[in-house]
Amino acid sequence: MLDVFFFYAFAALVLGGALLTVTLRNTVHCAISLIASLSGVAGIFLLQKAEFLFAVQIIVYVGGVMVLFLFVIMLVNLDTAARDRQFNRQWIAAVACVLAIGAEGVYFVRSGSGAWTFAAPSEFALSAGNTEDIARMLFSEYLVPFEIASVLLLVAVVGSVLMARREA
Amino acid sequence: MAPITTGHYLGLSAALLLIGVAGVLTRRSIVVVLMSIELILNAVNINLIAFSSNSQNVRGQIFAMFIIADAVAEAAVGLGILIALFRNKDTVLADEVDLLKW
Repeated sequence: MLDVFFFYAFAALVLGGALLTVTLRNTVHCAISLIASLSGVAGIFLLQKAEFLFAVQIIVYVGGVMVLFLFVIMLVNLDTAARDRQFNRQWIAAVACVLAIGAEGVYFVRSGSGAWTFAAPSEFALSAGNTEDIARMLFSEYLVPFEIASVLLLVAVVGSVLMARREA
Repeated sequence: MAPITTGHYLGLSAALLLIGVAGVLTRRSIVVVLMSIELILNAVNINLIAFSSNSQNVRGQIFAMFIIADAVAEAAVGLGILIALFRNKDTVLADEVDLLKW
């Protein structure tokens, strides 16, 4: 009962924040709505017993990516852009395409609703130590992808410094 | 009230994906386009976590972590490109950068 309430609360936070992110005029307000939306996603993770990813989501997105966005908004002069038109000329076609994709998804899920069932998961088969599980899997089976991800992050750091440097 | 199933999470993820796609396609400001890309990647993460919890398998969470790392790298490089673009063209609006447009 309580998790039904929390699911709908977090879902409202996620979708409301996302809608405000794509519609608001002031970019700083967009960033703050994005923080709300991503915090809601973190809550969704917690409802699914993914505690480690909940912490990662808060630290990485709210602590890292949002500060990055706000710094760039500060560096880049957006005052003139805020008074300008916010949506491009193709926005009607774009929204129509998105709605068509959504209607298609709803239609196919409804027409195949017999297959739209999921086995109820057995209670707490994921062991209590979510972080230990992830660490064991990450450092044994997924060690090579983990190292590749660290190289990717290194490349991203070097690349972004190179891009933003004054004398490129 | 009906209990929350994996299908609910998939519906939430699909809605978030559609909002993100709409943001990418309609907004002019590149900063907001990058934020919408973050929304899309988070929709993918909700999906992965839902199936990870449904099949009682921690692999979905590992993949979600890789996607978070990827999203961070993409945001860093994208914002670096945005600063370079603003320095050279003095605009942050995507449809004013039409150098390659015939």
